[in-house]
Amino acid sequence: MSARTGGNGRNGRGRFNELLLTLPSLAWLGVFFLVPTLIVFAIAFRPADPYGGIGDGWTFETIRRMASPNYPAIIWRTVWLSAVATLICLTLAVPVGYCLSRIDRRWRQWVLLLVVIPFWTNFLVRVFAWKSLLATNGSFRLALVWLGALSGDQPILFTPAAILLVLVYTYLPFAILPVYAAAEKFDFSLLEAARDLGASSGRAFFRVFLPGISRGLATAGIMVLVPSLGSYVIPDLVGGATSEMLGNKIAQYVYTERNLPRASALSAILTLVVAALLLLFLWWSLRRNRFGGDRKGELFT
Amino acid sequence: MAGFLEFQDISHAFGAIRAVDGVSLSIKQGEVFSLLGPSGCGKTTLLRICAGFQRPGAGRVILDGADITDLPPEKRKVNTVFQNYALFPHLNVFDNIAFGLRIAGRSRTFIRYEVERMLDLTDMADHAGKRVGEISGGQKQRVAIARALVNQPQVLLLDEPLAALDLKLRQRMLVQLDAIHDEVGITFLYVTHDQGEAMSISDTIAVMNRGRVEQTGSPAEIYEAPRSSFVAAFIGDTNFFDGAVKRIEGDYSLVFIEGLGDVTVFNDKQIRLGGAVHLSLRPEKIDIHVEKPMPRTNRNLVQGEVEEVVYLGSSTKYWVRVGEYRLAVQRQHRRFLLDERTTIKWGDRVWLEWHSDDGYMLERYSEADEELLVLPDIEPEAEPDTPAAGAGVPGAESVDGEAS
Repeated sequence: MSARTGGNGRNGRGRFNELLLTLPSLAWLGVFFLVPTLIVFAIAFRPADPYGGIGDGWTFETIRRMASPNYPAIIWRTVWLSAVATLICLTLAVPVGYCLSRIDRRWRQWVLLLVVIPFWTNFLVRVFAWKSLLATNGSFRLALVWLGALSGDQPILFTPAAILLVLVYTYLPFAILPVYAAAEKFDFSLLEAARDLGASSGRAFFRVFLPGISRGLATAGIMVLVPSLGSYVIPDLVGGATSEMLGNKIAQYVYTERNLPRASALSAILTLVVAALLLLFLWWSLRRNRFGGDRKGELFT
Repeated sequence: MAGFLEFQDISHAFGAIRAVDGVSLSIKQGEVFSLLGPSGCGKTTLLRICAGFQRPGAGRVILDGADITDLPPEKRKVNTVFQNYALFPHLNVFDNIAFGLRIAGRSRTFIRYEVERMLDLTDMADHAGKRVGEISGGQKQRVAIARALVNQPQVLLLDEPLAALDLKLRQRMLVQLDAIHDEVGITFLYVTHDQGEAMSISDTIAVMNRGRVEQTGSPAEIYEAPRSSFVAAFIGDTNFFDGAVKRIEGDYSLVFIEGLGDVTVFNDKQIRLGGAVHLSLRPEKIDIHVEKPMPRTNRNLVQGEVEEVVYLGSSTKYWVRVGEYRLAVQRQHRRFLLDERTTIKWGDRVWLEWHSDDGYMLERYSEADEELLVLPDIEPEAEPDTPAAGAGVPGAESVDGEAS
């Protein structure tokens, strides 16, 4: 609604001023983000030279090789690991966000602090910590064994499960914060209205609360999914040779095999996937703004 | 006599505050029953107890013979129109109204038929596909009513439903609400702090104050025969007097009011000679005369001086000094007023006359209730010897054009 009224209230002059204000940041993004991305896209169509550099001329050879069975497997693994991590993060973030927005204001500050405390330690250090926690004699693995979630000789480090665990651990705060922000703005009297209209508390939660915070959920999803898709350090440190992700493959082409066009092609695929996701999100939120809920709702009674 | 909806000795406290304190009410089927009172009087708590959002600390709620005190909100055949409407922003008008029926798992054709009937009833058929954010406050109000009524509740609860609307729209919605009630015939439990709303829509009003019911009755009973000083002062405007019974003569008795003189009063209470009585006299019951009128039986006549005049359009309000009292007098204009000869001005000597039936004896009196009467803002120089507090200071309700 706010976007609507904002849009209606704007005149031509205001629009011009706005453009003027955003020009420096647009220029920055153009020079340091858009141009490099396009360069990466372009390199994907150049041949590799034997010395690890970029050869002359143009070729589709690299793109064609992307269809070889090796790559789809990696892309698929990257997508499902990221998607499952996102789903787990959202599932955990919703109850946390709900409780955060319901508890006493004094307590809220402290719990929020607990949510962001991990950021005080370097990311790399935290992933290394997980490496020792998940090792054969690591306390976390032993705890899992003691709980019966893992058999005594079953490893967890260097498996997809370890990647998933650390992905969720790392990106959970990024999911909690937008969900909490949306839940805090949510009008909880709507839940009473739903109960009043005959919905049990569970149904009120799913039919009114979740749609009510859908924007926060979508933001949280993007905040977890995008960095997960591009993760490199986590699969590199806690994932094994059989569970590498796109990020590792790109790094391998850059540092080990010195095939920049291939690295570029993989990067381009990743960029396009992420861009498609973001466009989908943008389209969805714009549509939501313009029309609100289901316009043809009565067709689905 | 068992009512359709009954509150039996309901009490509820929030911490140390007793929000509802031993309230018992009996509401008849099909009537519009209002809970009227200032904010914090417990009326909303009572409504929330009825809706099931609040478990009462003590007491029972009986609906149609069944005890619903411990039922969750979704199991009660009551629906609420919330003060802020609480419409679902992610659904359009149609889907908002259909919400309850969908939860109940009704068939598509049934839902479509019922929702369209409600859209017609509330005059919202043209807006069915609109988003909640796209409609006006009055329209939201109508959607909220339709969304509740479509479930055919046994009781419709309305929590200050018009409070968020401006005056004109409020008046229009009130008429529409009344029409809707006539159409559906469902029992309405209407919570409001606005006496005008309560008076015009209700069959019965319960006036609440500090968690208790002060008086229950028809709007006319409440207005004409207030039991307590709170009811008299909260609903409309009034003058308070306190006096002592001097003589009892059949239906009427002579009451001596210090600083005003003797007045005759209708006896409808247990009174005794010499006993203290408190009277409430509505400003519009007092006639104001420039010339001394002929004395008549059962009429009280006093002389005073006009201290303040506030023109209100259809009427004029005067504050007239009589002895230690300042009486609020309201006079309707039935004739063309721009005539110098009949205009009463500041400083005029006037005669006030009222019927003995109109000085109504109160059962309970609290000095604190005098605070509810807003006095005209008269400059201190013009008022050197203000009577001490407790002398039953008459005054006026807050009017738009307060004297300055």
